[in-house]
Formats: sequence, structure tokens, C-alpha cells
Amino acid sequence: MSQNPEPERASYEAPSAATTLFDLRTVIALLFAVYGVILTLMGLFATGEAELDMAGGINLNLWTGIAMLVVAAIFLGWVWRSRPLTAQTQEG
Amino acid sequence: MVTQTVVLAQADQRLDTIWIDYVFVAFYFVLVLGIGVLARRSISSSLDFLLSGRSLPAWITGLAFISANLGAIELIGMTANGAQYGVPTVHYYWIGAIPAMVFLGIVMMPFYYGSKARSVPEFLRKRFNTTTQRVQAVSFALASVLIAGVNLFALGLVIEALLGWSLQLAIPVAALVVLSYTFLGGLSAGIYNEVLQFFVILALLIPLTVAGLARVGGWSGLQERVAAGPGGLGDLSSWPGTSLTEIGTPFLSVLGIVFGLGFVLSFGYWTTNFAEVQRALAAKSMSAARRTPIIGAFPKALIPIVIVIPGMIAAVLVPRLGALKRGEATDVTYNNALSLLMGEVLPNGVLGVAVAGLLAAFMAGMAANISSLNTVFTYDIWQDWLRPGRPDLYYLKVGRAVTVIGCLLAIGTAFIAGSYQNIMTYIQTLFSFFNAPLFAIFILGLFWKRMTGPAGWTGLVAGTISAVIVDRLVAAGVLEVSGQAGAFLGASAAFVMGIAVAVVVSLATRPKPDAELVGLVWSLTPKETRMHSTTGEDAGWYRSPTLLGVLVLVLTAGLYLIVP
Repeated sequence: MSQNPEPERASYEAPSAATTLFDLRTVIALLFAVYGVILTLMGLFATGEAELDMAGGINLNLWTGIAMLVVAAIFLGWVWRSRPLTAQTQEG
Repeated sequence: MVTQTVVLAQADQRLDTIWIDYVFVAFYFVLVLGIGVLARRSISSSLDFLLSGRSLPAWITGLAFISANLGAIELIGMTANGAQYGVPTVHYYWIGAIPAMVFLGIVMMPFYYGSKARSVPEFLRKRFNTTTQRVQAVSFALASVLIAGVNLFALGLVIEALLGWSLQLAIPVAALVVLSYTFLGGLSAGIYNEVLQFFVILALLIPLTVAGLARVGGWSGLQERVAAGPGGLGDLSSWPGTSLTEIGTPFLSVLGIVFGLGFVLSFGYWTTNFAEVQRALAAKSMSAARRTPIIGAFPKALIPIVIVIPGMIAAVLVPRLGALKRGEATDVTYNNALSLLMGEVLPNGVLGVAVAGLLAAFMAGMAANISSLNTVFTYDIWQDWLRPGRPDLYYLKVGRAVTVIGCLLAIGTAFIAGSYQNIMTYIQTLFSFFNAPLFAIFILGLFWKRMTGPAGWTGLVAGTISAVIVDRLVAAGVLEVSGQAGAFLGASAAFVMGIAVAVVVSLATRPKPDAELVGLVWSLTPKETRMHSTTGEDAGWYRSPTLLGVLVLVLTAGLYLIVP
């Protein structure tokens, strides 16, 4: 039994949709980078007593923002590390 | 009646959103639509559009698998259950999902993926006969449109209450966004967006849980306040879950949970629901396909932490929910638990992320239904039945047309769903009608080669009728159980009747010759064909489906031990 079933396709330029499609990890990283920056800035400059009280004393914007930036970095790191491998992606 | 509640709620539950919160939402939409546009370039056939050309890696299909299930119904409904019943809600995850997901990956996926069937109905045609394929395709199409509508309605309610848009505006706008990216980018756009949605939903739930716990004084503080509340200690321990089932006898309650929920409803949904299975079929290899549901099982096991706990927190922190639990008159329902807690503990900023997360959850649910609908309709109803023999590009166009029509119909059924008070119960009931019978014939057909073609569709029909009868009996008060337990009972009845009828019919009709059933029946499929490659991209101990399956089961058992 073949490991990778042949996709039935009209044209066959790119070997698989996965390599034709952009890398999703970059998009995820982008999302969290932008969110992270905005939240961190809000946490630093737009947080007062009221916001702290709401979240039980935690500066939620700041911490969430930082966590998101870390996640973005992790995804970017993952993309980088597997860059050399994508060139050898099996054709099908 | 529901509209009244909503109008009242509107004034009181409006979130204090400011402009910056909308920046988060807008940016998220930009990415979602961008993914749709970019994915379009990879589409050159109907298989690309409807099944991503069977080429996606396991981590993507695995996360999409679980995200397709994390719709607005799941979020709103499960936090509602957390607020209403407390810890027993975990059963929906640990018994109600994990074992079935592992079973799907390890046992059933080789048959699905190996058969090269493009949909569950097509698999049924191969195993049984064309009539079974058609009965199931129609039943599934109907179920998809109804469920997509429920997702849409749930989201419409949320948007209306939180942001002040009217239902008539919120529902079509939301539908339009989903339509845009699924129309352009097909299943690939849907799957990529589901993975994105998964992370945004986490970005909603994790800060919510953290902030909520901080407000109530941590886990021990929460325990104290819950124990002192109307739910008492029953809310804090998962067994016997009598408040959940409303079955007074603990033994019967446990039985109801384990058999009704854990086996029939759970296996019925996860092993046969095409909205889920489709994500695994889009994987690039047998190994990846088998790993898909198992990879999805890990987050599924852990997510209750950030869904059940906020539900419980909401019940003690939000005064109006506390009043509801004590049985006092109030203008909120448990379905409002999530949004009430959001308004209570999240500052602007994270609040915007949370709103984006809710919208993401809705889109994940609805897109999954629409994408599975268009695959089943295009292949099983249109190509195999009504208009066979056309070139592939014709069917690609049909797929796109069905996407549009499906979204429009969902808008219609959304307003039907609005007439139900508890959407979780409504959903479970739909599952008992549509999924439980399918599971019955599926599992019988897999392990009993004597089962014949006609037995397939007669079993389906008998099972569905039984479930409907049980539902009507519960609705009429003849069976005195809760709505949820009614769904468990209906599912069990459907399963038993489906199998019984299938057996009787099988004995009276002729089965297909063995040669035609190779690869479709357990006893006729040699072990080698059920294996997957363990070389190249599929190598590595951490890529073994069996090992991963065992790991997640151990994790779940461990979680049950930790939780009271």
C-alpha cells in the first residue's frame, strides 16, 4: 500500500498543496506579534487601578502581551528550523 | 420569547468595548480573508477545493480537527454547563471525546483513508450500496445545514448582546465572512483558518481563566465559594454527576454517562461525523491521517481547564448568575456565562482579543459544517447521483455554488435554532438523530462481514426513527429525564435499534462477495494494508499513532485522578 496516495490533479506544477500554500506558522507568528505588541504597550501605558482590580490584581494586558510575543518567537523559530527541510518535501 | 431575553440582555450585557478592541478584531479578519485569497492559488481541481488535495501535514490537520469542534456552541454551551453543573462537565471531554478520538485514529482511519473514499457516504457506498450512500448523504446534508445554523445563531446572539448589532445584521455579516474565505480557498482556507482560530480561542480562554482565578482567590478560593453555593459539593466532583443527568440513582447516572455519552454519542460523533473526518482525509499520508485525531486529542483533554473553570467562576463571581443558580428570577441564562465573565474580568485590550476569539470560534464551527456539506453534496449527491459524468472543473464550480447556497440556508436555519432555549441540548438531540444510527451501521459493518447492503440504509432509517420517538417522548414528559439525558437515551435507542434492524435485514438478504469488501471490513483486510509507513516524513517514535494514542489515554486517566 503506497504511503502517500496520489492526489488527482489537473495541473501538476507544484508538488503538493502544502508547499504551494504559504507557511501557516508565519501567519500565526504575525498574528501574535501584532497582538503582543499592542497589548504590551497597553499594559505599560494604559493600565490603571480599575484594570488591575478587574483582573484580580494582575496586569493582564502586559502579561498576555508578553506571552504572545514569546509564542510568536516560538513559531518563527519553528519555521526557521524546518526551512532546509521544506525543500525536500515529498512529492506525493 | 428568546428575543425578549435578548433585548433585555442587550442593555445590561453590553461589553465596554472601545476602539482599540476593534483593532484586534479587524486585524484578525484581515488575516482570515488574506488566507482565503492566498489559498485560492493552490486550487486547480475539485479535490484541491474539497479535500485540500490530500496533502496537509499532521499538526495542521490535527489542530484543525479539534478546532472544527470548538465552535461557538462548544464554548458557550460548555461554559454554561460549567456554570450550571460544575466539574461533571469534564465528562463531555474525557469520556465524551478522548476515547472515541483515539479509536478513530488507530482503528478506523486505515479504512477511511485507505479506501480512498472522499466522504463518509462514499465509504458507505463501497461497504453497503448506493441507497445507503444516498440516505446518509441526504441525512448528513440536512444535519449540516441545521448545525451550521445553530453556530450562526449562537454567534449572532453574542454579537447582538455584546456589540449591539441587531441579529438581522450580525448573522448575515458573520456568514459573509465565512463564505468569503471558504468560497475562495476551499477546504485549505477552512483548515488553515481553523488552526489560526484555535490559537485565538486559546488567547481568549487562558487570560480569562487566569484573571478569573485571581479574582476568586485561586483554585482553593473557587472551591470554597462553589461549595458554599447552591451547587454545593456536587459541583466539585465529577462522579456520579447526578445533577448533569438528572438521573437520581448514582449507578444509573454513571451508566448513562459512560454508555450514552461516552460510547454512543461520543463514538457516534467523532468516528463518523464527516466535518471531522474530512480534516483527517486532507492529510498527506496514512500515518498523518491516523495521527490527526490523536494529535487533536491532546488539546481536547486539556481544554476543559480553561472552559469548565471559567464557567464555574462565572457562577460565583457574576451576581446575576449566582441568582439564577439559586433559582431566583433573573434576566440571564447559563448561555450568557462566558460573555458575562468576559465583561467582568477582562480589561480593554485583552477584551478585544477575546471578542476576536469568540468570532473565531463561531467561524470555525460554521466553516467546518459548510465545507463538509459542500463535499458531500458535490460528490455524493451531485456527482454520484444527480449529474454524473461531467469534467472535474464542473464539479469544482458546483462545490463553490453549494458553498454559497449552504451559507444562505444556514442563515435561515439560524432563525429556526433561535426558537430553542438550550442549544447544547438541541445539538445533542440532533446528534442522536443523525450520528448515532450512522455509528451503529458503521461499526457493525466494519466487524461483521455478513452485513449486507440493504441492512445499511434500513439500519440508518430505523435508528433515526427510534431517536426521534425518544425525543418526542421526553418532550411530552412521558420519559422524565433532563434534556441532556434524553439525548443520551435517544442515542442509545438509535444505536440498539439500528443494529437490531441491520442484523435482521442482513440475515434476509445477500451480502457482497468478499472480494469487494477487502479494505472495508476488519476481517478481510490484511494487516499490512492497515499499516502506514514509518519512513521518511512519517518516521520517529513521536509519530507513532499507537504510542500517541496510549499517551493521551494515560493523560486523560491521570486528569480524572487529579480532579476530585
